[in-house]
Amino acid sequence: MKIVEGNFYSKDHEWVKIDGKEAFVGISDHAQDSLGDIVYVELPDVGDEFDKGEAFAVVESTKAASDVYLPVAGKVVEVNEALDDAPELINEDAFANWIAKIELSGDADTSDLMDAAAYKEFCENE
Amino acid sequence: MSSVHHKYLPTTTEDEKQMLAAIGVDTIEDLYQDVPKEFLLGPDDKLDLVGPHSELEVARWVGSLGKKNITTDEKVCFLGAGAYDHYVPALIKHLAGRGEFFTAYTPYQPEISQGTLQSIFEFQSMICELTGMDVTNASMYDGGTAAAEAAFMVTDDTRRNSVIVSKTVHPAVREVMATYLGIRDIELVEIDMADGVTDIDKLKAALGDDTAGVLIQNPNFFGIIEDMTEVEKLTHANGSLLINYIDPISVGILKNPRELGADIAIGDAQPLGTPLKYGGPYLGFFAATKKLMRKMPGRIVGQSLDLDDKRAFVLTLQAREQHIRRFKATSNICSNQGLVSLTTGMYLTTMGKKGIKEAAEQCIQKAHYAAEQVTKSGKFKLLFDKPFFKEFAVTSDINASKVNEELFKNDILGGFELSRKYEGLENGLLIAVTEKRTKEEIDKLASVMEVI
Repeated sequence: MKIVEGNFYSKDHEWVKIDGKEAFVGISDHAQDSLGDIVYVELPDVGDEFDKGEAFAVVESTKAASDVYLPVAGKVVEVNEALDDAPELINEDAFANWIAKIELSGDADTSDLMDAAAYKEFCENE
Repeated sequence: MSSVHHKYLPTTTEDEKQMLAAIGVDTIEDLYQDVPKEFLLGPDDKLDLVGPHSELEVARWVGSLGKKNITTDEKVCFLGAGAYDHYVPALIKHLAGRGEFFTAYTPYQPEISQGTLQSIFEFQSMICELTGMDVTNASMYDGGTAAAEAAFMVTDDTRRNSVIVSKTVHPAVREVMATYLGIRDIELVEIDMADGVTDIDKLKAALGDDTAGVLIQNPNFFGIIEDMTEVEKLTHANGSLLINYIDPISVGILKNPRELGADIAIGDAQPLGTPLKYGGPYLGFFAATKKLMRKMPGRIVGQSLDLDDKRAFVLTLQAREQHIRRFKATSNICSNQGLVSLTTGMYLTTMGKKGIKEAAEQCIQKAHYAAEQVTKSGKFKLLFDKPFFKEFAVTSDINASKVNEELFKNDILGGFELSRKYEGLENGLLIAVTEKRTKEEIDKLASVMEVI
């Protein structure tokens, strides 16, 4: 199971990579593996604002449709449009193929998020 | 006591004893321990039922009840208003009665339901052809719920919370929409009509930032063919979606929803080979553009390939449905109107494109002939001076129910009394003429109305 250092991870298997006032968000390798073949990603609109923990996207596979929750509060400034035509990119590389880029609302609250090592342990014990 | 076996029950008293023993009780009454005594029938209580009768006696009794019914075989039907006396080819009854069709159930296991799935796929394909749309589902229960689901779909897609519906849409459809939308706190805005069609000025005024969609029926409840051009422009300019509720026979001669710029096409497919029965079950159809595919409610059958690369049909896009998505699903419907969609598919196959066109042409010609004859002397006047398809509304100085009374005495089922659902349309009568009506029947209608 691939886990990238430097990212934060949520208990719902989202990853967030914070870079100053912006962040990239996606789902983890563990998540894409559990979902199976991803057939559709419902992307948010640019400009949409979300609270921490609010569902901002939906990832649909043949057997499930999973909400994706924003690990930190923010506003969507860019969405990965490649996922419209090729949702399976997330299966190929869940970290390279982010879902949305957000502008943080204030300071990011990462107190309940895990770092790579803690996430690895979390997955093993799940 | 020897084992008793009732003729029509699968278990004998001996079977019952064994089952009770396995459960661990002595009598069936023991299983009802948790029901308060005052609600249980005592040993002296007798249900007011007649005793058993022979098959012959029952057939005779039920037959006599049936004879009390008056059907469209005895009264010539000029009543429409959403359910129409169209011709049902004899072929359908014979095919639909086959066990494989009649008793086939929910096709959740594609391995053993290829026949059912294929027939649904064909039905879906034909509805797409009729409406001009990209995607159709396996059907809704009726036109009314299809309209409610369309309203949900537009609010979901645009993330706005208000839906506009014209008062020229069938009153029952609007009532169903109000029931559904009320539960989800979605605003339903009804706009008044102007001379029998959607009031464009009122529509302009009603359109706002929170308008998710606009629902127009065409031909509308009064049979009038509405001009959708202005409606389409205004709706889309407002960022809202256009829902077109249609008569599926009418597209044999009128532009289809796709050509009119609709995003969603819905309606009741009763005119396509389903007899009037007693008001149902009928059939809702639901079609949309590809863009809205993932938001579509209901079952969808898709075509795929099996392990041997042979064509196979499956239920698809199931992740939208409520057994997977639960409360976030587009809808709670997890079924379709299986048997009626099957007979509708049979009707469409039997009629073909040519047949639908012919039926539509006969409807429009006969309806216009009837309108001419009925209004010839001026005693009855057309309520609205607008182009119509197979229905038209007339008015006079005579009370509409009196007109229908006289017609009934002459073995004619008259039109829909508009005062029942529309204020200010007293004495208004909505008359429907399908391809089934003959010149003689229409002439009789006109002559009876003339002497009232």
